[in-house]
Amino acid sequence: MQTQAKSLIDKLGLDVRLLGMIGALVVIWVVFGVFTDGRFLSPRNFFNVSVQSASVAVMATGMVFVIVTRNIDLSVGSLLGFIGMATAALQVQVLPDFLGLGHWSIWIIAALFAIAMGATIGAFQGWIIGYLTVPAFIVTLGGFLVYRGAMWWVTQGQTQAPLDPTFRLLGGGAEGTLGETVSWAFGLFASVAAVAMMLLSRRRKASHGFTVKPAWAEGILMAIAAGLIMCFVWIMNSYPIPKGAMKRMTKAQGIEYTDGMVWNHGVAIPVLILLVVAIVMTIIARRTRFGRYVYATGGNPEAAELSGINTRLLTVKVFALMGALTGIASIIASARLNAVDVGLGTLDELRVIAAAVIGGTALSGGAGTIYGAVIGALIMQSLQSGMASVGVDAPLQNIVVGIVLVFAVWVDIVYRRRTGA
Amino acid sequence: MNTQTPLVEMRDMQISFGGIKAVDHVSVDLYPGEVVGLLGHNGAGKSTLIKILSGAYAADGGEIYVNGERAEIHNPRDARKYNIETIYQTLALADNLDAASNLFLGRELVTSFGTVDDDAMEAECRKIMGRLNPNFQKFAEPVSALSGGQRQSVAIARAVYFDAKILIMDEPTAALGPHETQMVSELIQQLKSEGIGIFLISHDIHDVLELCDRASVMKNGELVGTVDVKDVTDDDLLGMIILGKKPEGVEVS
Repeated sequence: MQTQAKSLIDKLGLDVRLLGMIGALVVIWVVFGVFTDGRFLSPRNFFNVSVQSASVAVMATGMVFVIVTRNIDLSVGSLLGFIGMATAALQVQVLPDFLGLGHWSIWIIAALFAIAMGATIGAFQGWIIGYLTVPAFIVTLGGFLVYRGAMWWVTQGQTQAPLDPTFRLLGGGAEGTLGETVSWAFGLFASVAAVAMMLLSRRRKASHGFTVKPAWAEGILMAIAAGLIMCFVWIMNSYPIPKGAMKRMTKAQGIEYTDGMVWNHGVAIPVLILLVVAIVMTIIARRTRFGRYVYATGGNPEAAELSGINTRLLTVKVFALMGALTGIASIIASARLNAVDVGLGTLDELRVIAAAVIGGTALSGGAGTIYGAVIGALIMQSLQSGMASVGVDAPLQNIVVGIVLVFAVWVDIVYRRRTGA
Repeated sequence: MNTQTPLVEMRDMQISFGGIKAVDHVSVDLYPGEVVGLLGHNGAGKSTLIKILSGAYAADGGEIYVNGERAEIHNPRDARKYNIETIYQTLALADNLDAASNLFLGRELVTSFGTVDDDAMEAECRKIMGRLNPNFQKFAEPVSALSGGQRQSVAIARAVYFDAKILIMDEPTAALGPHETQMVSELIQQLKSEGIGIFLISHDIHDVLELCDRASVMKNGELVGTVDVKDVTDDDLLGMIILGKKPEGVEVS
């Protein structure tokens, strides 16, 4: 039985580590589902978990590159707060004076500003690490303090709210989704794209005369991929928008609200952002020279250097990318809360690092996947939401998350030792 | 003895680390189709000298000429431009990547979209490994899963694949069994016949006597001398390595 399962996994070419993480996630969901009489497995909860995971997951994809190159970034939580506060002040206090309140371009300017600010600060940290050779731990520990302090300075500690209405959509909520119809279209498009990618890859491999998976195995994988995507869309499309929001939305669209009218949420915009980030980051990791050099440098810095890779500049780029992703995460986090106070992003650096590490990123460098980090973030958020809904008090939540982190890394170490990878 | 232009000439090279002269006014040269052995104890400066040529270290003084023209080598990319390829003693492989990724590291094949073309690289890797080490099959695994000899053949493939004109081999057989050592000897003969110049760093005198045309001996960062291998015995070479003594009755340059 065991060997049969193993040979099936081999034939399908599945990653055992991926299966393990998905398995852990499913176990967490089922256990909390049982303890909450199924409330945890409701579309509403899946929608909330997906939105709440987005900000940390976006940063975790960048943290993979940082940790793979044998660095660490302790500053992302503070940086998220600093960017969030500066971006909020920009759209609340500065831009309305020039463009008028509610101008259509405010959200675009604010979003680009957040990303550019993150990339610039990240690049600066990377420069100190790469060229001045100050250890990343110290540089980003310094950044951790500097940005939290600088955040206060932006507005003398004043909370900034409310944010631009269009900008707010980037954080989710009833309005910040694709809506039912577009979500179905998106699901179809994504399924077709996934199947097309698999077919193309298969054809390319065959054209070089490599052995490819048996057709039935490829078919099963395609069915699983398309099935998971459509299933996700279906769940998101099963969460009805609450009455209050419905009345607001119908009014805004000039439709008369009647009792019994049901609109569903659909895929949230921050989740869409996360999906795009995860796909782009996966392409960067696997299909670009930059990504190849990130992994080569993590595996053997000296060899990378001797192969003509400019590892210092690479460090700058990795931290700039981390900064840009922190900017995106900051947009999601501030838009979701529709306000920025001086506490925004507190402890996020630890959640991000934990997500990357639970997702199989090795602190010794050279190994880590983007999908792992995203699933890691989902596991963390599911644990936290689950415990909250069961009524576990906050101190115990932290204790459990801490233990799970250490346990997950130990399992990963044992797995690596067994497989020799 | 040779009137043609040397492939490489390193003149008066110097480099110091923290006040210690690791390479002290050393000059060596290499002609096409020639194998020059670099001999000396650990710490004699042979690896350091060669790392200047491969771009890993920047020299404090001295000049490098490639085909008679002054060459500026500041980093490994520069060295590669002059078709100087190096097989390091440590092999310089990224253990977490597969053979093809290591083979093309820093010089990836790309598709028309500018993305790395893993399939094309694997196909090329299969071709060259088929030539160098036909038993090699582990193309999908990271090189950490390979044996010492297999790793060595990946490192050699990397140097040979890119049309090296000048090949530096730092202790290429140190980690190999007899069968693989034989393979490396045959490869050296073959490359030599293709007109490639090879610097062979070794502390095994028999390797040098068997494979090299000339030998340059270093001691304490200085060049003891360069001799024609057929003019000397292993005792002569040992005298140069251990005592820094030039053999009598032999032309030493």
